[in-house]
Amino acid sequence: MREYIAALVFTATFLSVSIALARQEKVPASKYHKDALDYAELAKAPQKARAKRNPLERDPDAVSAGRILFEHHCAECHGDLAQGGRKGPSLRAEEVQNAELGAIFWILTNGVVRRGMPVWSKLPEPQRWQLVSYIKSLGPAEGNTAPAPSPESPSNSATESPSPRR
Amino acid sequence: MSFAPFRPFLMLFMLPVLLVFSPGSAHAQESPYIVAYDHYLEEPGNLEIEYFSTFGTQRGGNDFHAYWMEFEYGATAWWTTEFYLDGQSTFGDSTVFTGVRWENRFRVLKREHFINPVLYVEYENISGADKIFKEVEGHDVESGHGFRNTVLRQERNHELEFKLILSGTHKGWNFTQNTIAAKNLSNNPWEFGYAIGASRPLALKASAKRCSFCLQNFIAGAEMYGGLGDRHSFGLHDTSHYFAPVVAWNLPSDWTLRLSAGFGLNDNSHRFLLRWGVSREITGFGSMVSRLFGGRR
Repeated sequence: MREYIAALVFTATFLSVSIALARQEKVPASKYHKDALDYAELAKAPQKARAKRNPLERDPDAVSAGRILFEHHCAECHGDLAQGGRKGPSLRAEEVQNAELGAIFWILTNGVVRRGMPVWSKLPEPQRWQLVSYIKSLGPAEGNTAPAPSPESPSNSATESPSPRR
Repeated sequence: MSFAPFRPFLMLFMLPVLLVFSPGSAHAQESPYIVAYDHYLEEPGNLEIEYFSTFGTQRGGNDFHAYWMEFEYGATAWWTTEFYLDGQSTFGDSTVFTGVRWENRFRVLKREHFINPVLYVEYENISGADKIFKEVEGHDVESGHGFRNTVLRQERNHELEFKLILSGTHKGWNFTQNTIAAKNLSNNPWEFGYAIGASRPLALKASAKRCSFCLQNFIAGAEMYGGLGDRHSFGLHDTSHYFAPVVAWNLPSDWTLRLSAGFGLNDNSHRFLLRWGVSREITGFGSMVSRLFGGRR
């Protein structure tokens, strides 16, 4: 009997912690501000990392392989078309599209752990470069390269991911 | 044969199996380790539901089948919390629920380094009949598990366990080393153990086609784990050690299958531990819960 009580207590505690954490995660007052902070991380890439060249630059399959990887690992946060989602900023913004390949690769490798993006070094290096190839192939989003000014505004809802998962 | 005595256990372990059929899953890139941990945490807001089985041989007793359910939640990008439910069936004896564990892993450094430390803290409330061998520590030897379940269940362990996980990934290879220190909250000495592992995907480049059998979906490796005695008798004397090749198959249909064949390396070890596991990741679990309770995530 004591075991069942212990199991119940632990389950309740586990759920409480999950709920408490989930409730703390709120959309920031200004999505523009949050995205700007995320993009600022690109500038933190060391010079050596920025100078790295994409070894799969001439690989004709890199973009299509990167697209599959993106759908599996990135779309949930950044949106199905990389246009930005609730958790992650748009990857079609000028800040990303104009960034050096090496800087994007560096962000993928190191994540932005304190801001919620996990490290992706568990994907082997060639797969990270395939992702970089895909992200760069997207180009800036038409007519809206900057993040929307506020989460409540109608223009922002147009930039939200149409992901069927939501 | 009546299944009535097993009904609570069937419900306990089948419920999560039903859960994993819910929508909203993500393709995982899970490591093949079953005992060792690497430095990768669960993605924030995702819940991974896992089921693992261990079939073990037992000299001087009956063979057993131990199993556990694992609920792994990415609280933040630097903190993963997990909840375990353990049970086991000993052939010719009985099926018993053996306890619960609550584990937390914290990533210490915010960037990727050559070696990445992760701190691990776990509380266990398990009986002496627990045989999942999620870790081996102290003087945990085969002969200690050879009794009937009614005898083993009389021992109750409230234990705190700490691990220092040092792991790095280079050229596709992951190397990890876990140092374990555990303290039974009754008046027992600190016990120590270790686990090491190495693994690599069978292909480093992803295929341009969606496929189940592409080499990049398979990660193979090996792990080794064992006890290092306790505070009064630190070392290899009266300890057990295992070596296990491991493989994980990350299916594009969101499932991960793991298989491991463990071999005891000395006379104190079980000769053979066959393990397998199946897991599925549910993305956006945190958001789902938040919406249920009025959050805005």
